[in-house]
Amino acid sequence: MNLELTDEQKQLKDQVGRLLDEKATPDALRKLITSGAGVDRDLWGQVAELGLLGAAIPEEYGGVGLGEKDLCVIAEEMGRTVAPVPFFSSICLAAEAIKLAGTEAQKAEWLPRIAAGEVIATFAWNEGPGAADPNTVTARLANGKLTGIKSPVPDAELADVAVVVCAGPRLALVALRQDGVKLEPLTGFDQLRKHARIFFDAADAEAMDAADAHETLRRLYDRAAVFEAFEQVGAAESAMLMARDYTLGRYTFGRQLASYQAVKHRLADILVMVELARSNALYAASALEADTPDLPAAAATARIAATRAYEIAARENLQLHGGIGYTWEANCHFHYRRARLLALNLGSAEVWEGKLIDALTADNTPAAA
Amino acid sequence: MTDQEDTFRAEARAWLAEHAAKYAEPIERTDEELVAASLAWQKEKAAAGYANVPGTPEMGGRNGTTRMEAIFDEEEGRYYYPMFTGLGIGLGMAMPAIRKHGTPGQFERFGKPTYWGDAAWCQLFSEPAAGSDLAGLRTKAVRDGDNWIVNGQKVWSSWAHHADYAILLARTDPTVVKHAGITFFVLDMRTPGVEVRPIRQISGKSDFNETFLTDVVIPDANRIGAEGEGWSCAMTVLTHERNGSSGSLRQTDGGVRALIAKAAASGRLDSAAVRAKLAQWWVEEQGLRHFGGRINAALARGESPPVAMMKLVSATKSQQMNAFHMDADEYDGLFLGDDKPDQEGVFFQYTWAAALRIAGGADEILRNQLAERTLGMPSEPRMDKVPFNQLPGVK
Repeated sequence: MNLELTDEQKQLKDQVGRLLDEKATPDALRKLITSGAGVDRDLWGQVAELGLLGAAIPEEYGGVGLGEKDLCVIAEEMGRTVAPVPFFSSICLAAEAIKLAGTEAQKAEWLPRIAAGEVIATFAWNEGPGAADPNTVTARLANGKLTGIKSPVPDAELADVAVVVCAGPRLALVALRQDGVKLEPLTGFDQLRKHARIFFDAADAEAMDAADAHETLRRLYDRAAVFEAFEQVGAAESAMLMARDYTLGRYTFGRQLASYQAVKHRLADILVMVELARSNALYAASALEADTPDLPAAAATARIAATRAYEIAARENLQLHGGIGYTWEANCHFHYRRARLLALNLGSAEVWEGKLIDALTADNTPAAA
Repeated sequence: MTDQEDTFRAEARAWLAEHAAKYAEPIERTDEELVAASLAWQKEKAAAGYANVPGTPEMGGRNGTTRMEAIFDEEEGRYYYPMFTGLGIGLGMAMPAIRKHGTPGQFERFGKPTYWGDAAWCQLFSEPAAGSDLAGLRTKAVRDGDNWIVNGQKVWSSWAHHADYAILLARTDPTVVKHAGITFFVLDMRTPGVEVRPIRQISGKSDFNETFLTDVVIPDANRIGAEGEGWSCAMTVLTHERNGSSGSLRQTDGGVRALIAKAAASGRLDSAAVRAKLAQWWVEEQGLRHFGGRINAALARGESPPVAMMKLVSATKSQQMNAFHMDADEYDGLFLGDDKPDQEGVFFQYTWAAALRIAGGADEILRNQLAERTLGMPSEPRMDKVPFNQLPGVK
């Protein structure tokens, strides 16, 4: 099986990368944290203009109708640059949820505007501490009204609409700018992706069309995990190269820091983790595009590998910078915080390890070659 | 993927289904039986043109492409098949080096018996004082007309006692820096003066040998590449060795599934700590599988992917997984029993993993390589950039 990107996908990657390198500079990120904005709306507009938001949205709903792997390529660049845009929430979670579970009318109403960047959407499942679990949700959808509390919800203050997991489980679409919805901003560990708690008090809500919402949620998170694995791989590689470049330029005891075997071996181990994670992510992307039966195992494999690679790359990058790495002006903190966010937003390593073992014990056929 | 490749895959599958299944349960018990079964399988493949897919029928091939060869390897990897190290060294290490650095005549002369399963090989590279620092080797070859006279001692020569030929590195010029004074030869192991002595390993087996070379005569026609070019030949061999050592991976594919089944049977699968370990090994196993496919494609494109990763990850993983196999039965996991037919294999794999972490580039050397070649970090400080015969410790 050929797992590599096509020439078109490589061009797409370069194109996205150039835009993000220009706009999502470390200085720009620092300003967004200081100002409390956390998001670059101009950049979001430019990303939308390039047609990137609709990469995996069908043409009939205003998208470009490329494929999931193209979305993966974009996610990788977003991760590499810690891009301050609600790409993951709006496109990889909410738009995907609408694609999977929206009624025809809901798809026609929301997907074109999400693809154009006019509407930002988000996804709300968790209700405080604990893993996202379809069986313990308490938010209630009854007679077109939603009542409950969702927290943490990513990019909630930016979002116009949310896909909300309700008891049942059922899925609902809820416009966020209405009287029955109140937001309380959360103080988060990663200040470049802001989160909020949302209070729904008999808010107008539309039921979605998921015949089997358990299955829809599982598929949604498998798909999101693959997109996010690319985000993590791009970010991990960036942190690794940042450490490599810093240690090449820094001299101690008359030698390049990068010439010490302790440093070389640590970066070699990170390289191994990044390459394995990339290989697993590429395989999962192929499984996703072909919608093969081993997608649950492939997605969990990709997520576990990518989470580990990014967390370790982010920590060791700061460590190898020494004291400088702990300063605001050095750029290590962006990855140091983002790695934690991506490790937990779709469920911890422990959650996915459980999913992986379940998938492997349920399906005893060998994986396709 | 082209139609031609699809057709070839279907054809290879059908052929394997008919011919490979008889090896499904390893029938060999002794080393001699393994050698015989390996050579028999090789002969079957050669007769059908699968032994060397890109080569001519005389060389066990069918004038195919390297992509087709990779397809056959994938399909063959779905089966257990016998492959003793002496054949693997010939096919996977000697042949690529002779093809790249030797003459067409040499490739045909040594390739034909190898692809047709008539010759086994060993590698005479390492020495008591030259392991990770292979270029420090001291075995001497001195020219004598159309011959070379070789004296020295080699070690860790796997399966030398079953080998017909050896690939040999010897020092032909001690007055230049060490890498520049080495030449690569093919040695007929039946030449007078070659003495192979088994080394008893920690596993109790003796796959490795010491090989003593005393006034051994090698015709110059067996020199591969130019005088002093041996190091570049050795690099070709080592690149293929590091890729190939993970080839054993194909046969352990599914190893994590077996461990999961074992953990489930003993009720340990409910433990988050156990699941985390199993998940980690699975992630590595699958990562290597997909990475392996990617590097084979990159090698076919003429690139130099970080092959060193394969062995670095798979050897340590094997060590950890086989330890876990023992852990699963607690204290009793350290003992053989009639109810545990796999345990002997577990003991063997756990000890063998220790060798794998050293052979063909120790973990530490591989990490240096990854850092230097792939990440572009500085090489280790060197004290040996002087003529070989002026190095400390060399007389």
